[in-house]
Amino acid sequence: MIELTINGTRHRLDGDPAEPLLYILRNELGLHAAKFGCGLGQCGSCTVLVDGKAVQSCITPLAALAGRAVTTVEGLGTAAAPGVVQQAFIDEQAAQCGYCIPGMIARAEALLRADSRPTEASMRSAMRPSLCRCGTHMRILRAVRRAAMAMGGGIVDPTEPAS
Amino acid sequence: MSGIARRDLLRGGGLVVLFALAGSSVGQEGGTTGGGEGAGAPPEVAPGLPGSLAEFPHLDAWIRIAPDGAATVFTGKAELGQGIGTALLQIAADELDLSLECVSLVTADTGRTPNEGITSGSQSLQNSGTAIAHAAANVRYLLAERAAWRFGVAVETLSTANGVVLASDGRRATYGELAASLSLHVEARPQVVRKRIGVRHHIGRDRPRRDIPPKLTGAAAYAHDMTMPGMLHARVIRGPADGTLLTAPDFDAIARLPGVERLVRTGDFAAMLGPREWPLVQAMLTVGRMPWKRSGAPLPGGDLRDAIRALPAEPDVILERNAAAPVAVRHITARYDRPYLMHGAIGPSCAVALWQDGMMTVWTHSQGVYPLRAALAELLDLPLERVRCIHREGAGCYGHNGADDVAADAALAARAVPGRAVKLMWTREQEHGWEPLGPAMVAELSAGLDADGQIAEWTHAVWSNTHSTRPSRAGDLLAGLEVGRGFAPSPPRAIPQPNGGGDRNAIPLYTLPRVTITSLFVPQMPVRVSALRGLGAHMNVFAIESMIDELAAAAGSDPVAFRLRHLSDPRAIAVIRTLADRFGWARQPSERWRGQGLGFARYKNSGAYCAVAIDLRIEPETGATTVLRAEAAVDAGETVSPNGLRNQIEGGIVQSLSWTAHEEVRFDAARRTAFDWSSYPMIRFDAVPYRMAVHVIDRPSLPFLGAGEASQGPAAAAFANAVTRAIGQRLRSMPLSAERIRRAIAAD
Repeated sequence: MIELTINGTRHRLDGDPAEPLLYILRNELGLHAAKFGCGLGQCGSCTVLVDGKAVQSCITPLAALAGRAVTTVEGLGTAAAPGVVQQAFIDEQAAQCGYCIPGMIARAEALLRADSRPTEASMRSAMRPSLCRCGTHMRILRAVRRAAMAMGGGIVDPTEPAS
Repeated sequence: MSGIARRDLLRGGGLVVLFALAGSSVGQEGGTTGGGEGAGAPPEVAPGLPGSLAEFPHLDAWIRIAPDGAATVFTGKAELGQGIGTALLQIAADELDLSLECVSLVTADTGRTPNEGITSGSQSLQNSGTAIAHAAANVRYLLAERAAWRFGVAVETLSTANGVVLASDGRRATYGELAASLSLHVEARPQVVRKRIGVRHHIGRDRPRRDIPPKLTGAAAYAHDMTMPGMLHARVIRGPADGTLLTAPDFDAIARLPGVERLVRTGDFAAMLGPREWPLVQAMLTVGRMPWKRSGAPLPGGDLRDAIRALPAEPDVILERNAAAPVAVRHITARYDRPYLMHGAIGPSCAVALWQDGMMTVWTHSQGVYPLRAALAELLDLPLERVRCIHREGAGCYGHNGADDVAADAALAARAVPGRAVKLMWTREQEHGWEPLGPAMVAELSAGLDADGQIAEWTHAVWSNTHSTRPSRAGDLLAGLEVGRGFAPSPPRAIPQPNGGGDRNAIPLYTLPRVTITSLFVPQMPVRVSALRGLGAHMNVFAIESMIDELAAAAGSDPVAFRLRHLSDPRAIAVIRTLADRFGWARQPSERWRGQGLGFARYKNSGAYCAVAIDLRIEPETGATTVLRAEAAVDAGETVSPNGLRNQIEGGIVQSLSWTAHEEVRFDAARRTAFDWSSYPMIRFDAVPYRMAVHVIDRPSLPFLGAGEASQGPAAAAFANAVTRAIGQRLRSMPLSAERIRRAIAAD
C-alpha cells in the first residue's frame, strides 16, 4: 500500500510497487496529459511534478513516491481556466501535434518555481531532457519566457523577446 | 433595418452583400492527391469544380446546416498537428458568413467524410480548403436564393450576416430555418464566386487553434488516450527490427506470463492482450530476449547510400533542354547524399479497434483512412462496408510511419475478442525498429559557368528507392506479410512528375539554358522505406542550393545576387529579396568561424515559395555549431492563418536542422541499430537557433499553397552554405555533424 497525493487528492494505491507512475495516471486515474513516449526517460513526454520537481513518470515506480505530492498538468489548470504556464503556451500557440507539450509545461513549471529569473542558457538546459519532433522549440522557449514574466520574473538575457 | 443602419453595417464590414455569379468556370484548381502518394482518392467526376469538389461535387458532402443554424464542415483530410482543424474552419466561417463558434469540423472518417486520399504533400488547404471555400460560398448562395424566393425579391438585393439572410426592407431569415426547407444534396455551381477579399473576417487573420487548450490541459486528444468500457490493452510480438523474425518464439511461456489474458496468433502474427498495460510492458521484456534471425535479403555491407547508388536503376530523363548558350568555361561536379532518416514520432504508433456485430471499427492516426480501410478489408477478408476507419490524432508523423501497420495489428487482435475494444501500441523499440524509413539518397550534379559567370549548363542525377509504400492492400502492411495468406507488398513505384518522389524538386527553378535532369529509380529496397516529409525535396534542394553557392563562389558573385540573376519568377525573386532585406544579408559580420548561408525552393515547383537564411558560429576544436539566427520568407499564396503558417515554417526549419546536422540511421550486418533516442539522437533545446523569424508574403488574390514541407529543403541548404562560409570547406554528405565538421577542419 502506497500513499501519495496527486493534484491535491490523497490516493492509496495497492498495486505493484514497481509499476511506473505513468501507467497509474493514464490508466487508473484517467489523467491523460502525461504521455508515453519512450519508457526509458529519454524524451520527457511523461514529465510530471513530484514535490515541485520535474520527474519522468515512465521510469518512476510507485515505491519511490510514498508520501510525495504529484502534480500533473491537469493540476495546473483547465481549458477554461488555464494555469500561468498553460496560458503562456496558448498565447504563443506553442504546439504543433501537441503530444510533447504537457511534458514541456510540467518541466517549465518546475524550472520557474525554482527560479523565475533563469538565464537563457539555464532555461534551455532545463528544457533539454524534453524532445519535440515537430520543431516547436522556438515557440516553447517563447512561452517559457512569457510565463516567467507572468510570474513576476523573466529571462535574464533573452535571445528572443516573448512576442 | 433602416437604410442608414444598413449602410453603416456595410462600412463596418459586418454585412456581406453582392451575390454575383462569375461569367466563367473557376476551374484549374482541381485534383485530389496527396502530392502523388498513395492510391486512395477517387476519380474526378466534376472536373470543372475547384479543389476536391471535382471528386465530391455535392454540397452536403462538405457542409451541413443544423436547424439552429450551426454548420458542420466535413473534410477528408486529417489534423496531424499542422493546424488545418482551425484553418479549414476559418475558411468555412468566412464563406458562410457565420461566427467561428457556430462552425465545427469532422475530419477523415470513412463513415462520414469525403475520400480525399492521403493527408500529405502539403495539399490540405489546396484541395480540401479550396473545396470547402467554394462549397461554403455555394451554400450561402443557396440559402440566399431560398430567402429571395420566400421574400419575393431578387437574390442580388439580399445580404447575409452572422447566419441570417437580410432583405433591404428589414425582413430576415435564419440559416437554420432556410436550410430546413431545402436540400444541400446538390452539386456545387462553379460560377458561384467566393466573397470579396475585403469582407473576409477570418481568412488571413490569426485565430487561436481550437485544439490547443484541450491538448494542454489533459483532454483525451489522441488515439493513445482513448478508453472504452472493457477495453483490453495489447502489444504485438515480432522480431526486433525490419527484416528480422523471431526464430522460435515460446508462445506457451508468453501466454503464462502474469497479466496476459489472451494470446492471438494468425500465422506468424502474434499479439498479447490483457486488461492492464503494465504487465504487458513487462511481458515484452521476455519477448525482447527471444532469439531472432534476419529474414529479409542480406543487407549490403558498408554505407547503404553507396549500395543505393550501385543497385540497378531505371533512368528517367525528367527534363532535357538544349537552348543556345555561350560555351561553359568552368565546371563543377559534385556528389551529395543523405542517410536513411527516421520519422521518429514522439509517441509510438497506436490504434484502437473494435470488432462488433460483423463490423470492424478502427480508430487510427493513419494519414489515409480510406486506403487503409481497403488494405484492412483485404487483410480481414471483409467487404469494404464492414470496415470503418476513423482518424484520431496521434503524435506527429511527418509521413508514413507505423500508424497504418499498428492499425492492422490492432484489428487482427480485436478480431479475436468480439465486442471488446483493443488498444494496441507499439513499444519505443518497435517504433524505431519497424517504422518505414525515409530513403537514403544520392545526387550527382555537374554545372558549367560561361565566361560571364552565368550558368550555361546543368545536369542532376538522383538515385533513390520509392518514396511511398503507403498501404492500399493487405501485403503493404507488416501484419499482412505475417498472417500466412500469401499477401505480397505492392511493387514499389516511382511517383511521377510533376510531384515526383526521389526526384521531387530535382528541377531547379533557375534559368538554365542547357539542362538534363535524370531520376534514377531504384526498385530494390535493402530497407523498407516510405514517405518522409518533403520526400526527395530535402535531398534535391540541399544539392541544388549547395551547387548554386559553389557556382556563385566560382563566379566571384554574392550568392543572393547570383540567385536573383538566374531567376525570372517574380514570386521567387520577391521571397529571396524579402529575406535578404529582413535578414540583413548585405550587412553580415565577418568573423572567423562564423558563416551565413541561404537556401531557396518552391516546394514541388508548384507549392509554397520559401527561402531560409542562417547565421551560425562553429567551435573549431569540437566542430559544434551554434545557430545564432534563422530567418525565412514564405509565399503560400493566400494565407489563411499567418501564425499557423509561421508555425509550420519554423517547425520545418528546426526539423530539417535535426535531419541535416544530427541524424543518421545506422545498420549492422542484420538490422538497423537505432532503437531509442540514445542510439538515434535528434536535436534538443541546446542546439536549436538562438533566434528565428518568419516573414509571410500574403497573396490574397491567389490560390492557397500548402506550406508544411516548404522549409525543410531550403533550411538544409542554408545550413550547409553557412557551414561552408564558416570553415572554408564544403560538406556534401549529411549529416553535417559536429564530428564531420571537426574532422574537416582538422584535415584542412
